[in-house]
Amino acid sequence: MLAVELSGIWKRFPGVIANKDINLRVDVGTVHAIVGENGSGKSTLMKILYGMQKADEGTITVNGKPIVFSSPSDAIEVGIGMVHQHFMLADNLTVLENVVLGSEPSKAGRLDFGAARKRILEISNSYGLDITPDVLVSELGVGDRQRVEILKVLYRGARILILDEPTAVLVPHEVEELFQALNGLKAEGITIIFISHKLDEVLEIADAITVIRRGETVASLNPKQQQVTAEQLAELMVGSELPTPETQGSTVTDKVVLSVARLTSVNKDGKEDISNLDFKIHAGEILGIAGVEGNGQSELVEAIMGTRAATGEITISGVNVSNLGTRKRRELGVAYIPEDRSRLALLLDAPLWENRILGHQTKAPNAKGFRLTPKLAKEDTKTIVKEFDVRTPGIDVLASALSGGNQQKLIVGREMSSNPILLIASHPTRGVDVGAQAAIWDHLRAARENGLAVLLISADLDELIGLSDSIKVILRGKFVADADPTNVTPQELGNAMTGAVKAAS
Amino acid sequence: MLRRLDTLIAPVVAIVFSIVFASFILLAFGANPLDTFLRMFEYATTPRSMALILNSSTTYYFSAVAVAIGFKMNLFNIGVNGQYRLATAVAALVAGYITFPGYIGIPIIIFISMLVGAAWAGIAAWLKVVRGVSEVISTIMLNFIAIGLIAYLMAPSVLGVQTAENVIGTPIIPEGNRIPEITLGNAPIPVYGMILLAVALGFAYWYILNRTRFGFDLRAVGMSPTAAVASGVNVKRMTVYAMLLSGAVAGLVGLPLLLGAQYTFTVNFPGNYGFTGIAIALLGRNHPVGIAFGALLWAFLDVSAQILDLIGVPREVIVIMQGVIVLSVVIAYEVTRRIKVRRQQAAVGMAGHQ
Repeated sequence: MLAVELSGIWKRFPGVIANKDINLRVDVGTVHAIVGENGSGKSTLMKILYGMQKADEGTITVNGKPIVFSSPSDAIEVGIGMVHQHFMLADNLTVLENVVLGSEPSKAGRLDFGAARKRILEISNSYGLDITPDVLVSELGVGDRQRVEILKVLYRGARILILDEPTAVLVPHEVEELFQALNGLKAEGITIIFISHKLDEVLEIADAITVIRRGETVASLNPKQQQVTAEQLAELMVGSELPTPETQGSTVTDKVVLSVARLTSVNKDGKEDISNLDFKIHAGEILGIAGVEGNGQSELVEAIMGTRAATGEITISGVNVSNLGTRKRRELGVAYIPEDRSRLALLLDAPLWENRILGHQTKAPNAKGFRLTPKLAKEDTKTIVKEFDVRTPGIDVLASALSGGNQQKLIVGREMSSNPILLIASHPTRGVDVGAQAAIWDHLRAARENGLAVLLISADLDELIGLSDSIKVILRGKFVADADPTNVTPQELGNAMTGAVKAAS
Repeated sequence: MLRRLDTLIAPVVAIVFSIVFASFILLAFGANPLDTFLRMFEYATTPRSMALILNSSTTYYFSAVAVAIGFKMNLFNIGVNGQYRLATAVAALVAGYITFPGYIGIPIIIFISMLVGAAWAGIAAWLKVVRGVSEVISTIMLNFIAIGLIAYLMAPSVLGVQTAENVIGTPIIPEGNRIPEITLGNAPIPVYGMILLAVALGFAYWYILNRTRFGFDLRAVGMSPTAAVASGVNVKRMTVYAMLLSGAVAGLVGLPLLLGAQYTFTVNFPGNYGFTGIAIALLGRNHPVGIAFGALLWAFLDVSAQILDLIGVPREVIVIMQGVIVLSVVIAYEVTRRIKVRRQQAAVGMAGHQ
């Protein structure tokens, strides 16, 4: 039986066709993945299914009945619920209060928390969500919060869940927990529509996959019956063969650019987030750091950038920067592509050209002495937009108006065009589409040939192995293994990351 | 050009809305709105009223810029009242007791006043940076401490003198320490000389914010403290600088009145320009030109309200109108901002599919 059927969906925006002739059939009690690049139209499609936008053409059938939505409340009415990528929970309320918020149960005009608590526990138990109703949301981790969001939707009677990039914010073990929860839901007959561009995860969880490219459904696959690989999916998404991150030959020199000794950072609980790290990066060398997220990578980056207190010695091209602030370090020629771009790398309410200045406030073309030079900065922004293919109508639009991938291209362009000697890059291609990924790789390779030293952190092991000249594996804040990127496989590296075995070195 | 129009829409809508709103209130009081507004306008455009408007707006402008400097960094300086009152009191004591040779007294007095304002705001900055105390709490509490401190300084046993019957204040400021006034055309009232300083301050404010690294860092902290830190800004240091600057500008608020009209600081010196400054900074959206228009509008309403008593309409209508303007302008700005973002996103979407 079909839970949801979309047929012939068209959606046009001024000048753009977001969806053209989309057809989607989702069976009851299955996990159905929708994959596609950034801007391929999958978000628009989900907004249509959730009643946030209206299709220009086409029909939506839910549980066999044709339906016209005019708002999300119509969708909720027929049992469709959406879990957004960004959680919408109030930190200072309990799980229980968050769940009932907006549909408070009452008895004789008074809030009836007892009944709500009972229902929450019922739902949590029957689907294996493992939720305690009376803790504050602020005390929960990201994975728990996500399950609260799911419970919130189920509490309102949803039988069809739309999850928008649910794993984007999770670390691997949380992803496992989520998948367990999803399997529990599936077993109880709940239908799950799973939007993602992490193909390995899609292959792990999905019963059916629909691939969207440029607003069209290009393939419907059934991974449980036919052999589907991540490469095949990626090629369907892009419509051509995938670029690879391979680098050619070694450009490593003997000139040390970054030297880190005994680097240790203690967090406020007194625990060492990173302990006693020693390494050197030479000009023309890319050092990859492999590790499961949350094992000290962010702390390492922040300690090098000077935004986190740390002990030990950091030397950048001969200058001991251990006691220098972030600005002084940047002025030595350190470029920085942080993990969390909207929080650390952008002024979302400022135009693109002002964002070009950010992080490089003291250098040409942005400033001369104490004065800013907006004219030069604007011209340079135009060059970056052109060279790095940032899709924007101009440099006066606000950074918040760009899509994530285009924001990242702007950031990479900004950091690379400041002629850095050292680049600290966390997940430089996360969230960008395949074309932009290839372009960013090209820029990194060219800069490496010109003598750039790079500290590369990436969860994409192919990227890490392909680009790096050497790899160190980090686990619980310590380097536990070295790997040789010329002969290590992602599987071996993955094992080393979890501490299972030593990587081949 | 279109962008200029965009920024004008919000305040114009807000003002029109508040005129309509005030009209209904006037009707409720049995007054003819059109007639009332005409009389107000007529009264406010007499040379005397226009000079008064310029004088009030000079004071308001300093106050609003002081607040706006904080706003640009998401600092809410509610303590402009305390800062300027203490600054003005100290400046008045210096100006009243010391006779400087020639004209050098004026810059010294202005400097001292700014210094005291900055120091008073600096306490709040220090508390925020070192102890994590919200500046909203500390500045408002410092207002009360300032009042107490002034009362102490003004006591006859300390530094105060009796300037008139039942009035205790600072000694009358000698001629040489007063700021010369400007007489415009046939206006019976001269305009404060400090209006020129207000114009210069507006330009300096714009230049520092938009054309210097310091201003960029300041705005960056206001827009995203995390991104500012990652870009190399020392946020604590910027917080201190911004509060000191805000306080220094607050130190100017009382000077036009002190050095241009009253020539003495008494315990009855007007004490609420700080809050007016907050309203005008919101109205002018922290922009130097916007604030200038906001200050002029506010002063225009203040002055034109004086006619209302004479024609038998309660002047509180104007206070209501000022409140409605501020509220509706804040809403209108937010609405236009959202429309702008949405329009840009649509434009970006199109560029993405070319």
